[in-house]
Amino acid sequence: MVQPLRRLKESPSQTAGPYVHIGATPNFADIAGVFPHDLGSQPLDAAVKGERIVVTGRVFDGSGTPVKDALIEIWQADAEGLYPGQGEKRGEADPHFPGWFRQPVDGATGVYRFETIKPGSAPYFDGRPMAPHITFWIVARGINIGLHTRLYFGDEDEANAADPVLARIEHRVRVPTLIAERSEENGQSVYTFDIRLQGENETVFFDI
Amino acid sequence: MRNDPTSQQGGSFYQRDRSWHPPAFTPDYKTSVLRSPKYALLSLGNTVSEMTGPVFGHDMLGPLDNDLIRNHAQTGDPIGPRIIVHGRVLDEDARPVRGALLEFWQANAGGRYRHKKESYLAAIDPNFGGCGRTITDDEGRYWFRTIKPGPYPWPNGVNDWRPAHIHFSVFGHAFAQRLITQMYFEGDPMIWQCPIVMGIPSREAVEQLVAALDRENTLPMDTMAYKFDIVLRGRRSTLFENRMEGN
Ligand SMILES: [Fe+3]
Repeated sequence: MVQPLRRLKESPSQTAGPYVHIGATPNFADIAGVFPHDLGSQPLDAAVKGERIVVTGRVFDGSGTPVKDALIEIWQADAEGLYPGQGEKRGEADPHFPGWFRQPVDGATGVYRFETIKPGSAPYFDGRPMAPHITFWIVARGINIGLHTRLYFGDEDEANAADPVLARIEHRVRVPTLIAERSEENGQSVYTFDIRLQGENETVFFDI
Repeated sequence: MRNDPTSQQGGSFYQRDRSWHPPAFTPDYKTSVLRSPKYALLSLGNTVSEMTGPVFGHDMLGPLDNDLIRNHAQTGDPIGPRIIVHGRVLDEDARPVRGALLEFWQANAGGRYRHKKESYLAAIDPNFGGCGRTITDDEGRYWFRTIKPGPYPWPNGVNDWRPAHIHFSVFGHAFAQRLITQMYFEGDPMIWQCPIVMGIPSREAVEQLVAALDRENTLPMDTMAYKFDIVLRGRRSTLFENRMEGN
């Protein structure tokens, strides 16, 4: 016998279910007056540095049907590539930028929409720069454990080509599932990022 | 310092044991069939994007945020058994996770959610909203007061019912720890008949989600108590690195 490590096990995940909105976005779910606003839905502070962008898209299931009850969280660096919140050892991020947002998809159309800034580049664990990206976390009824993926920007070809994470995708045909195409809306950059849970062009999801 | 790789590996998280969690595809839970990725996950591990996370301060909490008996009351208290749910948020090394934001949501005592898509016949309780939140203290402890939720039927099998449960969303110290789970109640035979619960591969792992009836912490003539500890992923020690760097 050897000495036991005595580590605990992580609590098993369970689906967020169809009523995740009651807990995460109660005002969206017509439960008014409990919380002043839905956490993660706050508008971007005018003092935040960086280029304003819109990130939008839909989540599709394996039949190609839009998922209408998903909840999406995004987590990203500031315009300089520094993360707000905790765990950032490289410096102080923009104090006005929360880095984290949360939105339900629209119950009728399945469309989600975030108004944020374009993040800067942050380093991979070996120090090489990663291309600007936004981390996505998707939960919904029928998803037993939250899915992690990343949005990369369609107008960052050079940085994307050098990105050490994208470079690890063996099946190169799948790389475009992580690239959001840029368009313009009233002079503002809009990036469309559709997430396909299964089937043709299934999005690359990460074990992080 | 800014791009020093050794300064960034310290504190990365232990690999998630996916055999302990329900797999994505659990056909007895029908909705998972078309919502489960078929490709293997790409092993990324932790970069700074996963080792960082948002901070939520106690100052964002309202005084009734952890009191579901009062935070939506209109004409009086909600109907049903009054319970306290308490416990600790720990990491895999049994260290307390302080400052963790917990959000919870649940059905009322009749098993009815306050949600427009809910079609169960049980009555809405005008005094019960069904959501709350709290943040762990320095020892990782949390508690909230609520009404024990009832079981409810759901469209899966012809006659499937969920065991009584409370949904939990947990933010630890990094986005890599993000977790949503459900708490069940000790002694409920319906736990072992639920296709969502039974997606968890082992009985031992299911039992980790079953809160114990905690008679020592009941308030006599007032409120029953259940204890529910939550474990988030643990992080590698930075000791070895510090030694390499000579400090
Ligand atoms: Fe539920």
